[in-house]
Amino acid sequence: MNIGIIVFPGSNCDRDVRWATEGCLGIPTSFLWHETTDLSGYDAIVIPGGFSYGDYLRCGAIARFAPVLNSLISFVDKGGKVLGICNGFQILTELGLLQGALTRNKNLHFICDRANLSIESTKSSWMKNYKKHDSISLPIAHGEGRYQCSNEVLKRLQDDDSIALRYAHNPNGSINDIAGITNKKGNVLGMMPHPERACDDALGNIDGKSLLSTLLS
Amino acid sequence: MSLFKARVFVHLRPSVLDPAGEATRSATKRLGIDGVTQLRIGKSIELEIEAANKEEARTKIELMSDRLLANPVIENWSLEFKDEQKTLTN
Repeated sequence: MNIGIIVFPGSNCDRDVRWATEGCLGIPTSFLWHETTDLSGYDAIVIPGGFSYGDYLRCGAIARFAPVLNSLISFVDKGGKVLGICNGFQILTELGLLQGALTRNKNLHFICDRANLSIESTKSSWMKNYKKHDSISLPIAHGEGRYQCSNEVLKRLQDDDSIALRYAHNPNGSINDIAGITNKKGNVLGMMPHPERACDDALGNIDGKSLLSTLLS
Repeated sequence: MSLFKARVFVHLRPSVLDPAGEATRSATKRLGIDGVTQLRIGKSIELEIEAANKEEARTKIELMSDRLLANPVIENWSLEFKDEQKTLTN
């Protein structure tokens, strides 16, 4: 069982994710440079946070054309699990694997804080360790985390039970307090909060551990 | 082949909140200018492109605007050609 972490120029949470999955959870993990196209042998892929390609133009706009992401689309089609965290979530929406878009925080601030979150859907295996409306706390750190979508898309997300996480106190103006969503099938999860920063006892919060442990299930 | 100069304007859809535009609008009051009721910030992208003719240039720019320069979920775009056009010789 293997996890791959995609590394772009400008990714900066790649090592944090590896520390969480390999160091804290004991899952073999390796880095995948963005020019790789071979994803065979991986059970799950993580797109980490950071500022891929400097986030020029829009967050994730240039990253979506990276060679590795073509392979990622067929990986997802075959049912592979993909987790996009923060910049990874932005990239997944730009790529069209998740609906909607992430825009500038309503208050224009870069927010670095802890957010209380509610588990809103347990349809996907990502949330199998939780019950609906369980409450967890995870760090957030973003300037462009305001989830935005049309009313039709919002309705579709609700009808498909694809809203995975909501903020208890909306920090950034996201529509419907959305902090994380899945695709319809449930194998792709995008979220602004950082579970990898909440896996080590030394950091005082291990709420991210049971979520990341489902990368391999 | 000819070289065409064009400009693509990318702007947030009217339904999308533009907090940076709002912050800038509030600064106009501090400057002493009253009556600015709406201010929204977009991007202007200037480019030069080689193509056999203007229609081919337009098709290429439309594709790149839809797929790269703008995100249709949150943004609209418009295109304008500049007059000058150079004929390229090999």
